[in-house]
Amino acid sequence: MIEELSTTEQGELVINIGPQHPSTHGVLHLIITLNGETIRKVEPHLGYIHRSIEKMCESLSYRQFIYVTSRMDYLSSHINNHGCALCVEKGLQIEIPPRAKVIRVLMDELTRMASHQLWWGALAMDVGALTPFFHAFREREAINDIMEETCGARLTMNYIVPGGVMIDLHPDFQHKVQEFITLFRSKIDEYDELVTDNVIFRSRMEGIGYLSKVDAISYGCSGPTARGSGVSCDIRKLYPYEVYEQLKFEEIRATGGDCYARYLVRMGEMRQSLSIIEQLIDNIPEGEFQAKTKAVLKLPKGEFYSRVETARGEFGVYIVSEGGTTPYRIKFRSPGFSNLSALDHMARGHKIGDLVAIMGTLDLVIPDIDR
Amino acid sequence: MTKEELKSRLGELLPSATFEEGAEWTTIMVDPSAWKDIARQLRFTPGLDLDYLFCLSCVDWKTHFTMVYHLESTIHRHILVVKAKLDRSDPEIATVSDCWRTAEFHEREAYDLFGVRFTDHPDLRRLFMTEGWNGWPLRKDYEDPVNMIKL
Repeated sequence: MIEELSTTEQGELVINIGPQHPSTHGVLHLIITLNGETIRKVEPHLGYIHRSIEKMCESLSYRQFIYVTSRMDYLSSHINNHGCALCVEKGLQIEIPPRAKVIRVLMDELTRMASHQLWWGALAMDVGALTPFFHAFREREAINDIMEETCGARLTMNYIVPGGVMIDLHPDFQHKVQEFITLFRSKIDEYDELVTDNVIFRSRMEGIGYLSKVDAISYGCSGPTARGSGVSCDIRKLYPYEVYEQLKFEEIRATGGDCYARYLVRMGEMRQSLSIIEQLIDNIPEGEFQAKTKAVLKLPKGEFYSRVETARGEFGVYIVSEGGTTPYRIKFRSPGFSNLSALDHMARGHKIGDLVAIMGTLDLVIPDIDR
Repeated sequence: MTKEELKSRLGELLPSATFEEGAEWTTIMVDPSAWKDIARQLRFTPGLDLDYLFCLSCVDWKTHFTMVYHLESTIHRHILVVKAKLDRSDPEIATVSDCWRTAEFHEREAYDLFGVRFTDHPDLRRLFMTEGWNGWPLRKDYEDPVNMIKL
């Protein structure tokens, strides 16, 4: 590491953070130019977990490729699968049964909550509070248990498939989710008491990492990162898929543009997800959980694009088909990749300690960025 | 703006562009040499205001490359897809990182995986691959006997 430390001609210090550093939450490598403690430039170096998933998908069939996509944004794996399934269904022009639609939305929202819980715990830990991490993981565990029962996996679920969902809900599902809602309703207030109004936490967050609305759009930011700057970009509201149109929920936005605004958006989103689940859990329609599809799926020649809202923002799947059983070209528009492009802009002028807070509120998942 | 309005507006603004039919969104084909000016017009013309570049991709058609830009207006909520055909032996197109700043990253990705050169790009380097990597992994004729598993 010693030889990598260097000073520039202007007396600036160039240091490396990562690829193995706890605050990057993965293998992200940042080369930072510092003047004293003030950040002059942040240069992300990617590729430490690049698996070329897009290339891999070109040799996998439309049923197979979905399994790889769980490994991109592993905290929103249901929603990744969902985006891919929607894109294939768009190409095949199949309508999925109402039961499958509701199950998908339930799973998406549970995933969103689990992802935000992990983010909340990890962010608090990044800025120096260790306890919230344990609180967050306690509640996340309940969601993981629910997932394990129905999907058979806790992280890479591969549950949403073209035509519906892989298997019907576990008989205990409804009961367990209701229990979880009751539990989490009180816990989320505890989260607020513990962290949201904490003086130390607020002073680490407020006024840090400002991103204006215009810049957020220009940098292609989406999800809570952009909504913290006041951009209306919730795909669930703008281009509703499945049953989101019939649900009552709010698109949480804040106008602060700083770390605290992004924090408040995610906290609000957890409450909205709770409300969505409450609306659906007692009204899961009976019937099939999967539409009848052919064993081998063939998409017609053409281009298909689907957009879904993951916990981190807009996830897009762009399939170019030549009429075969595998995609000719597939492109994943991952939310983290675009959000990361704004990091340099947000961090300039702040102290090096604030970089950790900024990265924390961007909610980066590195395999999602590297693909 | 509805699809028809957008189409007629674009027809007035960009007489050289051709429309592609049958797609979900309005799709235009542009000449890569004119892309820089067209991008500025699309981004800054009042009424169009395509300020959000949500996807930038490249497709290798073996005979040529196609650059695909997915644009959206966060003000008027219309979507436009712009395509440009590039010569496969010498793929070159102007950068649009001055119109949409996220393009700087996305173009580095396209350079890294396809070898498309973006002229006037502020920092055109490999993004995922290490410096000095041989070849362009997402091209259809890319061979890597060590890292690629063929099924």
